[in-house]
Amino acid sequence: MGERKLFAHELEARLDELLLLSLRQRSAAEPAALLEALPRELQERVLHWAGVAAQTSDDLGWLIASRAAEQAASLGAQLDDWARAGLDAYDRSGLAATRRALNDFAAAHRAGAFESQEGVAFGAIEGRLSRFLHALEGRPLKLVAGPRAWTDSETLWLPERLDAAPDAAGNRRLYKAIAALLWAQTRFGSFNIDPEPELAQWPAPEAALRWFALFEAMRLEACLGRDLPGLAADIAGLRGPWPAALAATAAALARPQASVADSLACLAELRIVGAGETPNFPHVGALDPLAARRVRAVRIARDTATLRQALNVLRAVDPSAGGQDHPDYPPLAAQGQTQHVDPQAEFLALPLPAREAARSLQQDLGEIPPEVLQAAGPGAWSPVDGVDSSATVTVTTQPDAFYDEWDYRRAAWRHGWCHLYEMKAPVGDHAWVDEVRSRHAHLIRSIRRRFEALRGEDKPQRRQFDGEEIDLDAQVEARADRKSGTEPSPRLFIHRRRIERSLAVMFMVDMSGSTKGWVNDAERESLVLLCEAIEALGDSYAIYGFSGWTRTHCDIYPVKRFADRYDAATRSRIAGIEARDYTRMGVAVRHLSGLLARQNTRHKLLVTLSDGRPDDYGDEYRGRYGIEDTRRALLEARERGIRSYCVTIDRHGADYLPQLYGPAHYAVIDDAKKLPQKIAEIYRKLTG
Amino acid sequence: MNPARNSAPRALATPLVHLDSEPYYHATGDELEVFAAAAKSGLPVMLKGPTGCGKTRFVEHMAWRLQRPLVTVACHDDLTTADLVGRYLIVGDETVWMDGPLTAAVRAGAICYLDEIVEARKDTTVVIHPLTDSRRALPVEKRGEYIEAPPDFMLVISYNPGYQSVLKEMKPSTRQRFVALDFDYPDAATEARIVAHEGGVDDDTAQKLVKLGHLTRKLKGAGLDEGAGTRLLVHAAQLIASGMSPAIACTAAIARPLADETDTRDALDDLIRAVF
Repeated sequence: MGERKLFAHELEARLDELLLLSLRQRSAAEPAALLEALPRELQERVLHWAGVAAQTSDDLGWLIASRAAEQAASLGAQLDDWARAGLDAYDRSGLAATRRALNDFAAAHRAGAFESQEGVAFGAIEGRLSRFLHALEGRPLKLVAGPRAWTDSETLWLPERLDAAPDAAGNRRLYKAIAALLWAQTRFGSFNIDPEPELAQWPAPEAALRWFALFEAMRLEACLGRDLPGLAADIAGLRGPWPAALAATAAALARPQASVADSLACLAELRIVGAGETPNFPHVGALDPLAARRVRAVRIARDTATLRQALNVLRAVDPSAGGQDHPDYPPLAAQGQTQHVDPQAEFLALPLPAREAARSLQQDLGEIPPEVLQAAGPGAWSPVDGVDSSATVTVTTQPDAFYDEWDYRRAAWRHGWCHLYEMKAPVGDHAWVDEVRSRHAHLIRSIRRRFEALRGEDKPQRRQFDGEEIDLDAQVEARADRKSGTEPSPRLFIHRRRIERSLAVMFMVDMSGSTKGWVNDAERESLVLLCEAIEALGDSYAIYGFSGWTRTHCDIYPVKRFADRYDAATRSRIAGIEARDYTRMGVAVRHLSGLLARQNTRHKLLVTLSDGRPDDYGDEYRGRYGIEDTRRALLEARERGIRSYCVTIDRHGADYLPQLYGPAHYAVIDDAKKLPQKIAEIYRKLTG
Repeated sequence: MNPARNSAPRALATPLVHLDSEPYYHATGDELEVFAAAAKSGLPVMLKGPTGCGKTRFVEHMAWRLQRPLVTVACHDDLTTADLVGRYLIVGDETVWMDGPLTAAVRAGAICYLDEIVEARKDTTVVIHPLTDSRRALPVEKRGEYIEAPPDFMLVISYNPGYQSVLKEMKPSTRQRFVALDFDYPDAATEARIVAHEGGVDDDTAQKLVKLGHLTRKLKGAGLDEGAGTRLLVHAAQLIASGMSPAIACTAAIARPLADETDTRDALDDLIRAVF
């Protein structure tokens, strides 16, 4: 950017305007003075992020602005990632967490992790890594970005960014190596031993832990290498040869029979010989046996309970399965024979969660302890899980689903941002529907007639190259042609093509406050006519209303689910559609397109009936933010094979609708009263 | 399936495949016995299992074993009744009846194998019903003919229950006519033997390929619709046997056919790199 730098007073004015500081009796003088020294491009980035943050909260804006002023110079090109990390932390846990996240990020940056442009950010590799680990583990593992790399045996924390290798490919390999070694800690039993007695004998337990982690990394690398030699070779390439002093230890720990006890023995030996400076290997993550063992103990208890319960149920049903002498259920096998229990065979009969638990136990403990396989006495198979029963109590306040929302200013997702509730649709006056039907009786009749003509049926296509039957007319002509010396047409067949209307339609009805009055009436009348029309066609369709009040109250009202029939109850719910709150559209599109995607039809169509642009309480969702989020949600729907169409009565719709739905996929009705008359025709054109 | 209209009708006849040499098949359970018993009793057989686990090869093997000709039809969503049963063609000034593959198989007492039957149109699958119950006959309406199947005729269908789509499920009225055999990927040792034999690679390479196959199968539902079948592993092995490096061969024969999406593709590349 060739423009001149902004001076302090200009920066102060811009910040003041963005953050409304004068109202809050804060002064931007100090940050402005710090920012003055920066190049214009960086100044603009800081202002941009301050503005983005201020749209979420003024305090957040101030925090970002003041910290950015202090740290922008050192962060340089990392400023964007730094700010995104802060905003993400705010979404998750508030202002204090933001402060921490910003500090952590800056500290890591200062620590020299971000020297080159070749670094790789966690976000850029998360998807790839999580699939890689999923394939290794056989189930999804939770990956989280954190200040240091470690695992508690359930979640893997990985650095926000890696920059230790000279190029991006190397940094990606480094991520893979760190993650694989952390996964191996759980897989190959690093937590099977309690290292506390040994660690306690060290003057500096942290140093001991780092040595322990290093020894384990040597052992685990070899463990990985036995199954995945390429991965081990990658790791070896990243670390280079072990220093001479460590080479013998590494070789000893690489033996197939080495276990975590050997690593601990090495640690004890080292304590006696005396440890020097801990060598630093970037591919070795931290080891936190205490935290991991805690998590592991909880998991083992849970898995044991699950497995034992399932086994008890199984044995109660089929006493021969267990082979245990159970007073209530004597074994059916021939007397005097000792039954051989084959746990593997028995596990195959278990329900999936119990099988998973068994697998997980096997992984944690090396084998299923015999006491788990013992029947736990009569009555133990009654469901006693107290945790579950308490969970159902709170269910009414739990959202039915969480959805991510797209923030275009950050160019990033806000994870789990929208809380979606599926509400019970209110019931309206059935008489109203009857009145509409009798008022529009003529229209309904003509719509039905026209639509019945569209019904799927066999259509014979004449004069085809190929087909099931001979087209006699074509054959006669061809014969005449041949007699007269003209070249006959080779199209002599009739092909019956079944025109299948394999179509599912989701109507997404705007129930925002602005529809109150005649817009709402028009929507309801349109739905009645539409239902009549679609019933004649036999398409599969559903109607859902949506409304909401901020991101934590996004409500969906099922008026007619796909499985519901167009009966009196459905009609009453159509009558009950009423104007409520706001239009947070993205989350509704995501939820409803998810429901639609489950329909097994060839074509899927999402039709929005709306009176305006996406909007929600507060300024945040209004304007471009809401439009960008909705656009994103519609794009996701398209990727799932769903076509979208919008019918709106917003006369300004032409400004933003092409951007959302594409140029030909919306209709603006200038007069709400005409909506019922036009809607059926729109639907016919759309699906004909 | 799409006969060229200008050639003589003789050339259009459905090819009945007579297998002279034994198609390689490694049994993993009692499928050989069950199939043979069903063949003896004149019962139709349904093979269920994921893509590329050896269903088609099994049928070929059984056709060879039972010494019966084989007719294979790959079903698709535009497969009509006429495509199976037959149609009239025009040759010169005459109409000539042309048996479809199903009719040809019935007349010849062959094994008719309808591969991926769920892909065919629902109304098409109904024509096989009379062949699958005690009638064992095929009515050919256009000719007013009722062909009773000879004892050697056998109907075999296959389908892949792994598809998510409910559309691709078979109607109970159809499925309840069949003796069903469940197919799955063989266990690792067996699969490695198959890959080594079919792909012409050494045991170590075959084991690595199988390891890779297992890793990809764990990604089912997490980026992949289905993991790599034995067929894909054999393809990769064949590329390796022809002198390609394992990494390039696996990328071309396994990773690329399985995934388009970047993250999954990259993860598959990582897995290939990890195994070799």
